[in-house]
Order: sequence, then C-alpha cells, then structure tokens
Amino acid sequence: MTNSKFTAGVIPEMQRKYIHKLASQGTRVDGRNFDEIRKLTITKGYIPRAEGSALVNLGDTRVLVGVKIEPGTPFPDTPNMGILTTNAELAPLASPTFEPGPPGEEAIELARVVDRGIREGHAVDLEKLVIEEGEKVWVVFIDIHVLDYDGNLFDAAGYGALAALTNAIVPASRYELGDDFSLPVQHYPVPVTFAKIGNWIVADPNLDEESIASARLTVTTSEEGHINAMQKGLCGTFTYEEVQKVINMSMNIGAKVREIILGDSNVKED
Amino acid sequence: MEGKIAIRKIVVPGEEIDEKGKPGNGVFVENGKLYSAYLGIVDTRAGYVNVIPLSGCYIPKKGDKVIGKIIDLAPMNWVVDINAPYYAPLHVNDVPWRVEFGDTGRYLSIGDVILAKVSNVNELGQVWITLKEQGLRKLEGGHIIKISPFKVPRVIGKGGSMIQMLKDYTGCRIYVGQNGIIWISGPPEGIITVIKAIRMIENEAHTYGLTDRVKEFLEENRGESNGNEE
Amino acid sequence: MGMKSDIKLIDDNGLRIDGRLPNQLRPIKMEVGILKRADGSAFVEWGGNKIIAAVYGPNEAYPKHVQEADKAIVRARYNMAPFSVDERKRPGPDRRAVELSKVISEALESVIFVEKYPRTSIDVYIEVLQADAGTRVAGITAASLALADAGIPMRDLIVGCAAGKVDDVVVLDLNKEEDNFGQADVPMAIMPRTKEIALLQMDGDMTYEELTTAMEMAMDAAKKIHEMQVEALKRKYIKEVDEDD
Repeated sequence: MTNSKFTAGVIPEMQRKYIHKLASQGTRVDGRNFDEIRKLTITKGYIPRAEGSALVNLGDTRVLVGVKIEPGTPFPDTPNMGILTTNAELAPLASPTFEPGPPGEEAIELARVVDRGIREGHAVDLEKLVIEEGEKVWVVFIDIHVLDYDGNLFDAAGYGALAALTNAIVPASRYELGDDFSLPVQHYPVPVTFAKIGNWIVADPNLDEESIASARLTVTTSEEGHINAMQKGLCGTFTYEEVQKVINMSMNIGAKVREIILGDSNVKED
Repeated sequence: MEGKIAIRKIVVPGEEIDEKGKPGNGVFVENGKLYSAYLGIVDTRAGYVNVIPLSGCYIPKKGDKVIGKIIDLAPMNWVVDINAPYYAPLHVNDVPWRVEFGDTGRYLSIGDVILAKVSNVNELGQVWITLKEQGLRKLEGGHIIKISPFKVPRVIGKGGSMIQMLKDYTGCRIYVGQNGIIWISGPPEGIITVIKAIRMIENEAHTYGLTDRVKEFLEENRGESNGNEE
Repeated sequence: MGMKSDIKLIDDNGLRIDGRLPNQLRPIKMEVGILKRADGSAFVEWGGNKIIAAVYGPNEAYPKHVQEADKAIVRARYNMAPFSVDERKRPGPDRRAVELSKVISEALESVIFVEKYPRTSIDVYIEVLQADAGTRVAGITAASLALADAGIPMRDLIVGCAAGKVDDVVVLDLNKEEDNFGQADVPMAIMPRTKEIALLQMDGDMTYEELTTAMEMAMDAAKKIHEMQVEALKRKYIKEVDEDD
C-alpha cells in the first residue's frame, strides 16, 4: 500500500515542474539516465495452461501475456495464412483509474500497437499455420492482461507478447491435427517507447513521467535493424531530428531487450 | 526504542486478543472476548486494548496537518483530495484571502497542492479543512510522494529525529502530512535520496536498527552528484 | 458437473487421479501485498489456479446514486483472463462471472465493518490468471487477504473451500477433471472464527449424508486454509525484516 487514488487523475502542477527541472539537470525521478529503461524481468511459461505465456515486470509495471491457439477459418483474402489477433484488457486491479467494462480506447490502442509490431515485423510465420488452404488455419490469440500500471504499457506488453510467442506450442494433437509443434517465430520485433518532457526525451517513461509528457513515440525495430512500426501519441510534437534520435535509441535499447526476451527465463516448476 | 513495534504481536482480523483491558480502537467484543478488527499490532495502554492497523486509508482527525491536492472548483469552495475516503471542501471563509463569489480559481487552481489543517470531522466521515493558520499555504516547487499513513510516525521518528536526519544529510525541505503525503523540496539529487530513504523506512518500518541503516544509506549517498548509485 | 466419462476418478486404493486422499487439499501458496498500485493485494496459487485479488478503497462511491448513507458498499468483480482456460474465453463478464461477482461481494460484505465508511465503496478485483476448478473459493480466499492488507476492518477473515462428490465418494477440493466429470460440487466460504457460512452453492446430485459430509469436510479444511492465511499476512511484515540488505 504505497499508492492509490491520490496520484491518479489530476496531476499536480508541482510534479510537472519538478520533473522538468530534473530533466534540465540530466536526470529523472528515479535517478535513471534518459536512455535507460527500468529493470526488466520476463518469466516465460508462467501460465502452463496457455499455449504460450510471459509475465513481464518493467520496473513496477507488470503485464501478463497469454497466447492461445485454436483452429479457425482463414480470412477470404489470405486463404494461405494463419490468423493473428491481439487483445488487451486494462484490468481495474491494475490502477485506480482503470474501469471495469469493455475495452476503452486506451486498451484498444495498446492492443493495436503491440499487434502492429508483431504483425509488421513478421514475428510469426503465418504461412506455416495453414491446416487446409482456404478452409482451416491456426488462429493465434495474444491476450494482454495488465496487472500493475506504473507507466509504459506498450513496451511491457510488446515484450510480453514476443516472449509468449517464442514459447508457444501449437496444440495440434488436441484437435487431432498431427503432432504439437513450436509456433514458428522467425523475427523478433521489439518496441521501445519514449516520452517527451519539455525538450527532453526519455526512454521507458514511468507513470509520473508519462502523466506529464507532452508527446510519446513508440518505435518497433527488428533484429536486422529494420523499423517495423511506429506510433506517436499525445498532443505534443517531435522534430525530425528528435524522431531520428528516438529511432537510433530504440535500436540500441531494443537490441539489449531482445537478448533478455530470448534469454533463458522459463519459469521453474517446483 | 528502535524496533519496539517488531516485538509487539501482529494480529489479523478476527483474531482473539488475550490481554486484559477495556476495548479501545481497532478491537471489538463478542461474548466477552476481545478480537482484532484489523491486520495490526496490539497496543495496550491506560487500561485500553487497541489494535493499531499496519495499513489502510487515512482517516482524518481534527487538528491533523495534511497535504492535499485541489481537484475541483466551486463558486464558494475548492474540493481537495486529502487521500482519505472522502474529499474535503475548503470554503472561501477558511482561506487567508478575501475571495469574491465565483473567483476561487484565481487563488487556487486544479492541480495545486496545499498544506492544510483538518478543522472538523463529523460522524459521517465528512471533513472540513482550513488554510487559516500560521504556516498553512499553497506548496510550490518540489515533489510529492505517498506512503502508508500508518508509517508516518516512523518517517518522522521519535521527536522528529528521522526527518531531521533526512533534512540534515540532503539539504531538502520536507513536510510529512499526517495523511501520508510527503512534500520534498531541494536539490534533485537530494530529493532522489530522500525518496529512496523514505521507501526504505516504509519497507522496514518494523525492524530493529532502522535509524542506523538509514544513516548509513544517507552517508553513502552524501554528495552524490547525479543521485544514481545503481 | 455431470459429463459422462469412462475416466475412473477414484482408484481401487481410494486415491484420486492426482494421488490425493478424499479429504486432502491441493497444494496452496499465498502471498500478500504483491501489487504496487492497489491499496491491498494478494496472490493465491491453489492447485493449478493462479489468482490475484486487489482492493481499492474505501473511496467515495461513484456514481453517487449507488452510495448508501449509512455504510460502504462492497463491489467484487470476478474476471477470468482469456488464456486462463483451455478454450480461450472471450474477454469481459459473462453471466457466470456476473453471478459469481454478486455472491462473492455479498460474502465479503458479511465480515466487513461497512458502517465505518458511509457513502463509500470498497472495490475488490479478482483476476483468474489460470483456472483449475475452484476459482471462486480460491478467489474469495485471496480477496479476504487483500482486504486485510488494505487495512479494511473486519470481524473475521473469510476462507473459501469446496467439496463435492466423484465416483460416489465425497471428496474435498475438486480438481478440474473431478469438476468436469464428478457428480457434485459444493463451493463454500466460511468465517473461520465463528464458523458462519458466508457463501454456499451446490450443483450436482448428493444425498443428505453426502452433502453434510462434504460441508463438514470443507469446514474442517477451512481451518487449515485459515492458518495459511494468517501465516501469509504475518509473513508480509516479517519478510520485510528478512529482506533487509
């Protein structure tokens, strides 16, 4: 019990000034450097019942991503490809500002940004998910469940989604469609989100920073150094130079994050 | 004195308290027996058995100094979030300025942070606060954090010793509201150190030798230029 | 309940398919205070169930018309994650979740001193991350811990526990296969001190003797679960001592 509704909603003007002042001195509320992300830990296989899963702690932000895979009908325009679908729930237990009910615009944006990175980065080889062309394909459901909201859900969810895909098993035998096999993951797109605070840009904003940021930019890059997705948010703007800088920072940070995602962090069974 | 709390018994809701005395705060009686209503520690004094909760929301008491945030304006009052179950109205008669009807926004606007005093509480939980006293004011500059209201005494320390130590080592101004909101102002590296020290106090509030460990921590962080010691 | 199956749920030695005796609980782990933002929280692993409960409040109830002038309202929301079950569950509350949320709210309210916080709401969120039968009772057990952790005054903790009938044998704490292919399930919530029953449901087919045996079994097991709750609550504060580095 260190936090509750007091810090939600209205942001004290004081907070804004303080964080700006810190930035002008080259530091942040929690003492991080501008290009430093919070401590990232990923527990893969956290939900054995799901086909793939990962519990992500990014600082105090905690997100659980589960992957379920079921047979379904392909879209008419892509008869030879499996289907990928991403959904996000901002469970009210994660923050005093989250309300129960159907996904709001924040949850929908979150799901779409994560989806775009995975999809455009061709993380999953969807052509290998065809059971019968035009008739039956595997449908991969990525479900993002936010458990504790301390800022920057995009990245926590993106890391969780990728990590959950990498340990997902296609449950073919359950449907009498042959042997189970590992979900074919071929690329590793990693998002990194930046917040603009005054004229400064910081990576992986925490809640305090996020709540006073004027603009936000998420850049998803692949292991080949390609950019797969970008999403700018909030009412402020970035200059072209800032965007270039952000992309470069995203690649550098993304490379380190990718190592963590691909690292051996499977949950220990006891 | 240190760790006095640690040797006291922790009780859970519904747990029988086998101490003699009249029922005080945080306890209830059933069939002549005393039970705890809270997750807390037993505190027997002056013939009363009390349970002091280890967590929970702030319950305002008359005379408490609290730090609050303006969340809404009305023609004759402001609405203040003081981290309690209920919002507290601050009436224009309870501020040191002469405010014309409908002109509240000129003096305090949404998002402003104030140091106020609880002037009255009724049995329905309704609260009134005032700014009409020496030292009460709008707080400007600095940073606020929140802790459990039950750990406020620990952060202040005996006779204000802990808070004084934090101030001395970091050069920060610190005000601890009884409602668990803490205002810290000073050099950023000092503020970062104070926050880390307060989190440490909060997490280890029930341990022995806490003052010494906090002191050690402050020694290590004294004069850190960027406050980034990880 | 009631799905026909050839699976033998109780073997010739009287053991269940997971090797338990009829009156044996699955392994249970509890942890208190695991979320940063909530006012109180708890995590319960119970067999294959993984459940988080979080408490917010008391806060002024909103919308205003739900306020009660003389007491706090208790609003529990039971929710299953889409990946918590074999067949992906569509997100959002279904009729079952709405019903469970209601009976859980009522069970929790029965121990809370709601009159202390008029016009407020106490919000309890129960998230089933992985489901393995008995989610509502594990959820109530977690919610009770989260309420205590949030400093909510209560006259007792609440323990959830279920018993039922499989292969004509009364058993404690049904697992998933037993729940699917068994003959009856009796989820209960019990106040450990007074033995009052705060939640009771039943479905299936049982004789009076079987039902009372099942209830007694659950109430007996509740003592054990209550001890774990007490230990988990106290451990939160003792842990803070040990973790001192």
